[in-house]
Amino acid sequence: MLRQASRLLARRSILAARARPFSTDLSAADQTADATFTEAWNKVIPNIDPPKTPLSFMKPRPPTPSSIPSKLTVNFVLPYASALATKEVDMVIVPATTGQMGVLPGHVATIAELKPGVLSVHEGNEVTKYFVSSGFVFIHANSFADIIAVEAVPLDQLDANLVQKGLAEFTSKLSSATTDLEKAEAQIGIDVHSALNSALTG
Amino acid sequence: MASNAAVPFWRAAGMTYITYSNICANLVRNCLKEPYKTEALSRERVHFSISKWTDGKPEKPTIRSDSPAE
Repeated sequence: MLRQASRLLARRSILAARARPFSTDLSAADQTADATFTEAWNKVIPNIDPPKTPLSFMKPRPPTPSSIPSKLTVNFVLPYASALATKEVDMVIVPATTGQMGVLPGHVATIAELKPGVLSVHEGNEVTKYFVSSGFVFIHANSFADIIAVEAVPLDQLDANLVQKGLAEFTSKLSSATTDLEKAEAQIGIDVHSALNSALTG
Repeated sequence: MASNAAVPFWRAAGMTYITYSNICANLVRNCLKEPYKTEALSRERVHFSISKWTDGKPEKPTIRSDSPAE
């Protein structure tokens, strides 16, 4: 049905002229983004401009440079906000499950799971610290780091008394826990609260 | 799959990663100082309506506003 439409359109040169105005700014982006699709489209429907595909909306990831870049580009995102968006920094220290991991520009590509702990962002002489509840960090070969966390708060928003109370509460829950699940929950509570404690005191 | 691979204690207890991560996030939110704590808890509230179905027909829906700890 669409083939017929294009044949009919081709006969009416007015419509063809009206279809033209947007083709110049579309084709450049589409050619780099999705060349095979646009070629196939143009073969079948030459008069209607190809639709934009998601590829043309996304910015391609910068390629891995041959020499190590001087800065690390960090995207630090939470489900409800993006704390840092493509910020250029010197180093970040992330609380991976295997220990505190320092990420410098030129770090090898890594995927790391985070444990509850302190994330510190070093830029020049300033250090910004966040307490991260859990998440992942994806370090790409081109010195881009994507840190995703469910909850991350600056350290001064934490209340030390609540942390102590929580720690005591979960320690007692662990001793009174019966099922595996309860023990696991109590253990998680202890881990998180002791990490919070050392973040506040350390 | 190696069933004797080192699994984290929560997975050995039958918990999934999402559950673990949400529990951690809730615990951190409960330790916040006052204005931030109410903001965070109100941000994470969910409102939904549930209706049970019997004999292929829905019963009257109930509306719930749950906070994440529940």
